[in-house]
Amino acid sequence: MRKNKDAGEPRDSGRAQLLVVPGEDLGDSQGLEPGHGVMEVNGRIRALKRGMMTKNGSYISVEPTHTRYFPRPSDLVIGYIEGCTNNIWFVDIGAPFNAILPMSLGPGKAEFGGTRAIMDVGDAILCRVQEVEETHSSVVTMKGMGLRKIRSGSIEEVDPHLLGRLIGKGGQSLRALKEETECRIVVADNGRMWVDGDLSGILQVRDKLQSLSVTSQQNNAGGRN
Amino acid sequence: MGGYGDVQMIDENGLRVDGRGPGDLREITIETGVVPVADGSCRMTWGTNEAIVAVYGPMEAHPRKIQRQDRAVLDVGYNMAPFSTTDRMRPGFNRRSREISKVTKDALESVVLLELFPRSKIRISIEIVSAEAGTRCVGLTAASVALADAGIPMTDMVVSVASGKINDIVVCDLNKEEDNYGEADLPMGILPNSGELVFLQMDGDLSQEEFKQAWNYNMDAAHVIHEHMVEALKGGAVQ
Repeated sequence: MRKNKDAGEPRDSGRAQLLVVPGEDLGDSQGLEPGHGVMEVNGRIRALKRGMMTKNGSYISVEPTHTRYFPRPSDLVIGYIEGCTNNIWFVDIGAPFNAILPMSLGPGKAEFGGTRAIMDVGDAILCRVQEVEETHSSVVTMKGMGLRKIRSGSIEEVDPHLLGRLIGKGGQSLRALKEETECRIVVADNGRMWVDGDLSGILQVRDKLQSLSVTSQQNNAGGRN
Repeated sequence: MGGYGDVQMIDENGLRVDGRGPGDLREITIETGVVPVADGSCRMTWGTNEAIVAVYGPMEAHPRKIQRQDRAVLDVGYNMAPFSTTDRMRPGFNRRSREISKVTKDALESVVLLELFPRSKIRISIEIVSAEAGTRCVGLTAASVALADAGIPMTDMVVSVASGKINDIVVCDLNKEEDNYGEADLPMGILPNSGELVFLQMDGDLSQEEFKQAWNYNMDAAHVIHEHMVEALKGGAVQ
């Protein structure tokens, strides 16, 4: 078995982040707390995902270059209705598991058996995650300010880990984008964006998202070229 | 294993029909992100073998009866394109493709942290575009790269490579002629960081010494291939 010779101590990423791949030995675990994307195996820290290794105090973690959205309570999400029963809608929120939207948390008043009349398969909705169970099942709600069925505009997608870059510090970049494109933009935590406005504005937003993804991939040098 | 022991496939200098030495690998290239709609993907060429792998998920497992309450399920599909061989492959699944899908799934299950995604499914589609010999090794190795590209948490990446016996000499990474007319074939799936074995099959007979030699060839080759995988994931397409 081959050992990494220079892995005696945790590699200090310093300011420059280090791209690591699954299984990569990140050094001795002594005095370190394994954070997200790493695990301790026989006294060594090992990366679980491809991403940037970051060391914050005694915490060592890997910021993945590609992630799937994981719901957390109070997240604002954009979902698509995937199915419905007499009193429940099943919503695809881009997570590994569909969320449920009970009739009692849906928009307006629905009669038992009348879910399809209000929202049918394929409809897009703006909702909020109310609850996430241990088994990762989540419940979403449409009771709240601004939560609604989406009837106009376009829904764009971006990797959830790029949302920070899209929004900017204090929402600066997002505000600039809204002003530039004269579009109404709602960014949901699951990486989906509702863009409503003129077609030229929507296309401008699409270009911006495209360039953001390309820049991110180039920075990560992940081979998507 | 054709068993045609009288076919000369290695010369007196120890060179094989394609000019390689006994422990040499064929040329390998790996590229990630080749299927834009997939969560992770990989194109791998190994000699004249070529595989494209796409990974989707974790996502809701359908039909619901396949869901596991405590972990995710891997849905691995290995398929050879009809044009991948000189004899046209009949499209669709067959006994061989089902077997390879199963062994690939079993090998990958030992590294993917499935318990993080209960009740969900990770779909891995392996499409062999060009086949020479050792397509199961190409498929499994490329699937590991595609899973890493998709951001699926794994304790290690599986590297698969085969060694075999031709004219009573153990050689690494058999090509088509050696696979067809050789005497044995030993494909293995190795975790390069821990040296663990997650997949092993053997076709033909090997003595204890020959087995050890094939084992050593595979272990050494796994580290070389692993370097290619790491380079592809860190720096784009490599050769």
